[in-house]
Amino acid sequence: MIGDPVRFVDERLNTASLVRKALRYVFPDHWSFMLGEIALYAFLVLVGTGIFLAFNYVPSDAETVYRGTYEPLRGTPMSEAYKSVVDLSLDVPAGLLIRQTHHWAANVFIAAIVLHLVRILFTGAFRKPREINYWIGLTMLAVAILEGFLGYSLIDDLLSGMGLAIAYSVALATPVIGADVALLIWGGEYPGATVFWDRIFTVHILILPLLLAGLISLHMLILTKQHHTQFPGPKRTERNVVGTPLWPGYALRSLGLLFATAGVLFLLGGLVQINPVWLWGPYEPYLSTNAAQPDWYLGWLIGGLRIMPPLEPVIGDYTLVGNAFFMGALFPLVAFGVLYLWPLIDRRWSGAGERHELLDRPRDNPRRSAALVAFLTWVAIPFVAGATDRVFYRLGVPYDLQIWAFRVLFVVGPFLAWLVARRIFEDLHDRDAHPLRGWTGRVVQRNARGGFETLGAYDGRTRGEGGAERDEATVAADVPAER
Amino acid sequence: MSGRLRDFLLARVATRVLRRLPDVEPAERPGEPGVPPPNIERELPSSAGAERAVLAALALATLAAAAFIVLYVAFPDTQLLGLSLGLSLVAFAVALVVAGKRVVPQETAVEEREDFGDAQRQEEVRAIVRRGGDGISRRRMLIGAAGAAGATIGAAALVPAASLGPRVGDRLRQSPWRPGRRVVDADGTPLTVGDIEIGGFRTGFPEGAKRDELGSPVIVVRLEEDEIELPEAQRAGMPSGVIAFSKICPHAGCAVSIYRHPLYEPTEPRPALVCPCHFSTFDVRRGGELLFGPAGRPLPRLPLSIGSEGELIADGEYTENYGPSWSGVRQERGET
Repeated sequence: MIGDPVRFVDERLNTASLVRKALRYVFPDHWSFMLGEIALYAFLVLVGTGIFLAFNYVPSDAETVYRGTYEPLRGTPMSEAYKSVVDLSLDVPAGLLIRQTHHWAANVFIAAIVLHLVRILFTGAFRKPREINYWIGLTMLAVAILEGFLGYSLIDDLLSGMGLAIAYSVALATPVIGADVALLIWGGEYPGATVFWDRIFTVHILILPLLLAGLISLHMLILTKQHHTQFPGPKRTERNVVGTPLWPGYALRSLGLLFATAGVLFLLGGLVQINPVWLWGPYEPYLSTNAAQPDWYLGWLIGGLRIMPPLEPVIGDYTLVGNAFFMGALFPLVAFGVLYLWPLIDRRWSGAGERHELLDRPRDNPRRSAALVAFLTWVAIPFVAGATDRVFYRLGVPYDLQIWAFRVLFVVGPFLAWLVARRIFEDLHDRDAHPLRGWTGRVVQRNARGGFETLGAYDGRTRGEGGAERDEATVAADVPAER
Repeated sequence: MSGRLRDFLLARVATRVLRRLPDVEPAERPGEPGVPPPNIERELPSSAGAERAVLAALALATLAAAAFIVLYVAFPDTQLLGLSLGLSLVAFAVALVVAGKRVVPQETAVEEREDFGDAQRQEEVRAIVRRGGDGISRRRMLIGAAGAAGATIGAAALVPAASLGPRVGDRLRQSPWRPGRRVVDADGTPLTVGDIEIGGFRTGFPEGAKRDELGSPVIVVRLEEDEIELPEAQRAGMPSGVIAFSKICPHAGCAVSIYRHPLYEPTEPRPALVCPCHFSTFDVRRGGELLFGPAGRPLPRLPLSIGSEGELIADGEYTENYGPSWSGVRQERGET
């Protein structure tokens, strides 16, 4: 039938030259380039497991009474949605495995995107000509966070209901239009608006995944057009790309990463419990639980809501802004705003809109790196504040004391971080020592007369790939032997 | 037997040697227009050990996947299913990575990048666009009219989004509480003064109304009457020291379900209702005033009276808007 697939396809689609180019596509190597790939592969796992889950889920808040196999919940009134997830978890073979894998994959997906973003920021990979792809990636992060939140909101257990109540409150708190917008999104008040469940189901399984798939395609199309950046190294210049061609070496390794990602996610899904929804019970607005935590990527928002002082601007007796707006909506908007503007800010600092194909190491641009550390500190402090309830619950440190500390840190922390980081990056820049790879210099020995003798150069792995192009004078500087 | 084995080994060695011979890159045709041929360094690393390792990993992947199928049919235990499937995938990944790094040819290619931003081509694009307007006299007017039409059509397409939800109006202010409505517990039994102990709390609902809306649930606590630190004028609706608050936090809509009540004197910290979500802390003795946390206003109170059989009865509506704050919530400031 089809004796020669290459000929079969090429005579019909004329793609041989395209395929040939693709097979020889060059990938520069660095471990940090795999972070984006992990995100991509986690997305594939999410789609695969998600299809299975969608076919087992009932998007309805119609009330029913649980009569399934889980004894403690028997006779409890609950929504069809929650019942379908409990049944899926406890009665459908492999149901719990796939649900937990899906949940782990969502956490890993967003973690990989965030680490990928941090890598891009610190190495200056967002610079010309890659600003557009950076903005697409950033948009994917925002969409992914929303998608993850909707995913665990679908369950309608007590935890997710509390999360939705908070999201609804943040929407309500938006100045002037908040209440109208919230009722439009929810289709009425929360809880109570039945139409809301069909809405978030459609958005979670269709609209946002399609949007993500489209953005991923665009991201990769632009990537292949521009090729990867690369770190400086032998033979590497701003005008070329040095690395492993797709076929055979890189394809096998990348497929290996796909299966490794999927494998680890299924191991997590099978062995490490995540969100045991049957323990939380159904959501009722009059119930709440102590020390409850959202998925990690929302920690910065719950922490932000906690550390906000009780400010609620009022004109006469008319409330202008609900408190939840400030850290629930304004804070993430500002954070994403800074990230969207970052390529423009950096361009203003660094001047000259040249094309950059060689990456910076974080120390190569101490000002940028220190500013990024300050920014990430600013985001990380509310994230840590998201754990105050666990600290209170486990260690008994009063929550008001913790909150005050975080309020102060939120204001002061970024400046301190900036000062410290600037010193460290400048020092690294000057000495070109790698903190993880030992130190550079010569080994000296004190002799009997009190003088010093040089025993020779230190032969540890002292320099990264960029070493050849760095200033030899600073590398050769003597470093005290006891370091 | 041993002869066949020898032949087999010889053949293997021969193929190995042949395979290690550097081969010519047939596909890379030189002289393609514009692109210099990529410069590729090639090395053939394959060894018997590496190939064995790949085979072993593939065998493990097969076995573990088969185990998953068997387990699914016979004993669908979540842990074993995850272990077998995960192990199978990881083993396959190991096979692929070892094959990619130790078995197939290792190549390092140097490829020149194409130029971006050719000024001449940009000018050609501009010229094509410009020429599309040749011979048109009222170009600006047409563009302006098209822009206006486009913007209006866009607005018209967006307007139906307003049908996605009801108008706010008074919806968020209406609660099911009416003067005279009894307070019942989760089972529908009326709550009485005797049910409310000092230091404890009960959750109450309006009798005969929906419970799962934010306006319904109240948290009922009791203080000694001399503990209440409010001016006489504001003490209405707290018979025998029994006080009802909306159970929904005015910050972010969580249920205020923690009652911090010290068991001994001196009573510091003060008795307070705490929301577990963001730690809004409300002073019970001062009618729900904020002690700590992010809430922008006090916890709304529901005035109570006591019926002939000691049952708790709503004696009005909430003192403030219940539920999370929005633009338009009325705040009573400066009275406490």
